[in-house]
Amino acid sequence: MKTRNSRISPSEITPREIFMNRRKFMVGAAAAGVGLAAAGSVLGAFGPEKKVMAANTLQTVPSQWNGKGLQETSFYDITHYNNFYEFGTSKSDPSKYAWKLKTEPWTVEVDGLVHKKKTFDMDALMKLSPLEDRVYRFRCVEAWAMVIPWVGYSLSKLIDAVQPLSSARYVEFVSVDRPSQEPGIMNVSIPWPYREGLRMDEAMHPLTLLTVGLYGQVLPNQDGAPVRIVVPWKYGFKSPKSIVKIRFVKNQPQTTWSLIAPSEYGFYSNVNPNVDRVQWSQKTQRVIGAPIWKQLEPTLMFNGYGDQVASLYKGMNLSRYY
Amino acid sequence: MPKWAIAILKTAVHLACLLPVAWLVWGAYKNTLGPDPTHTVTFFTGRGTLRLLAITLAISPIRKLFPKRLGWLIRFRRLVGLYAFFYACLHLLTYVWLYAGFNVQYMVADISKRKFITAGLTAWLLLLPLAVTSTSWWIRKMGGKRWNRLHMLVYVAAIAGLVHYWWGVKPGVWRPLDITLIIGGILLARPLIAVWKRREAPVVVKIGG
Repeated sequence: MKTRNSRISPSEITPREIFMNRRKFMVGAAAAGVGLAAAGSVLGAFGPEKKVMAANTLQTVPSQWNGKGLQETSFYDITHYNNFYEFGTSKSDPSKYAWKLKTEPWTVEVDGLVHKKKTFDMDALMKLSPLEDRVYRFRCVEAWAMVIPWVGYSLSKLIDAVQPLSSARYVEFVSVDRPSQEPGIMNVSIPWPYREGLRMDEAMHPLTLLTVGLYGQVLPNQDGAPVRIVVPWKYGFKSPKSIVKIRFVKNQPQTTWSLIAPSEYGFYSNVNPNVDRVQWSQKTQRVIGAPIWKQLEPTLMFNGYGDQVASLYKGMNLSRYY
Repeated sequence: MPKWAIAILKTAVHLACLLPVAWLVWGAYKNTLGPDPTHTVTFFTGRGTLRLLAITLAISPIRKLFPKRLGWLIRFRRLVGLYAFFYACLHLLTYVWLYAGFNVQYMVADISKRKFITAGLTAWLLLLPLAVTSTSWWIRKMGGKRWNRLHMLVYVAAIAGLVHYWWGVKPGVWRPLDITLIIGGILLARPLIAVWKRREAPVVVKIGG
C-alpha cells in the first residue's frame, strides 16, 4: 500500500497555481490544437513553464447547469484515483500509465443514423459551442463519490449539429483501443474497445456533457483526454473516456460492463440508493478526500439530479431497468 | 533455538504485526491514507489477514521439510495465527464502522444479499473458535486429537477468505491472484510432502531393518 505525505487537504479547492505546476507532463496535450490559449504574443512575455500553463487553460463561460454549494474534490485526488481499465485495474494505474496515450492528433467519428455523418478533429469539437464550467457530483458504482469541476458543453449541441434521423433511438460511444499505448488492454476479461450508450433523450439532456477539461484546464489523460462524456446522474462507468466514435443507432447498444456482468451493471445504471442488485450496497457512499470518519454519506437518488432528470424515467420500473 | 533467541524473535513478530496497525491509525488520523482512506484500510487489513494466515499455514509444512533445523517454528504458529485473527477483527470493524456506520439493518441486508460479505463473515466466524481455543488450557481440556481436528477449520477459513476476496473485487481485477497462488501452494504442499515422506519411508525401514 502506498502513502503520500504531500497531499492537498481535501477541504480546500486546489488553487490553480499549485496544480498547474504539476502539469508540466501535459505539454503534449497542450499542443493538441486546443486553440483556446491566450494569444501567442502574450505567451512570449512568460517563462517556459507559464507558457505550458497558459496553453492548458480553457476559456469558459458561466453555465446555468453549474452545480452550486458543492465541495470540489482536490485536483490531486481527481487525477490519482481513477478507474480507467485501459491503463490497468488499480486506481493508481491511470495516473502512472495514461501519459502513454497519444491524444494528438485526435478525431471523433460521428456516424450511424444521422443526416450529417462527420469526423470531428479536436479543433472543430472545441469550437462547436462555448465551453462551460460545470461542477458535477461524480458517483462510482464502487460507492465512492467526488465533486468535479468539468469543462465542456451539452452533448446535445453536437447531436443537433449532425442531425440524427428520427429512427435513431440510442447513441453509442466507443473509446480508444490502442494496445501499444494502453497497457491495460492486455486484460482479457474485458471485451475491448470500451463501449457505452445512452437513450436518445438521455443523450439530449442538457446535463449530459461533452467534456474536454476539468479545473479549467484540458483533461488530464487519466481522466479521459482529450474528450469524454459525463452523465452525472449515472454511475461513473456510464461516462466513457477518450472517445473516438459516436454512433446513432436504432436498438439499445451493447455496453462493456453489461456484457461482462449483465445482472450487476444494467444499461441504465442510474444512481439509485434503493436498487441493491449490484455487488456493493448503494445506500451509502464514501466521499473521496474526506477524513476517514467523515467519508460515509447517504447516496442521493439520481445522484442529486432528480429534479432535472427524473421525468426521463416516468412510469419506468427502476428496479427492473436498473 | 535458545530461549533468548525465541524471545527476540517473538518481539520482532509483535513489532512486525503491530507497527503497520499503528501506521494505519496514524495515517487515518492525519488523512494520509490516499484519496479513499476507507478503501485503503479495508484492503490493508483484509490482505494483512490473508498474508498472516498464509504464514501460519506455512509453518507446519516447513517444519515437516526440515524437522531438525526448523522444528522451533511451531512456537510461533499460535502467535501469528492470533495476529491473523486480530487483523480479521480490524477488517470486520472496518466494515461495521466505516461501511455500515453501525447500522444493524444495513448489515443484515448486506450479509444475506451479498455473497462476498457472507463469505467474509463465514471466514471470520470460522477463525473465532480457533482463537478462543488457542490456549494450552483448551488443548488439555479438549485433548490433542479433538483440538487438532477443530483447528483444521483454519484451512476452510483461508479458502473462505480467498473466495471473499475474489467475489469482492470487480470482474477483470486480478489483484487476489498472488495471495491465492501462495495459499494454494501451501495447501498443496501438505499432501505433496506426505506422499514424498511415504516414498522415503521404506528406505528408512530397510536401513533400520
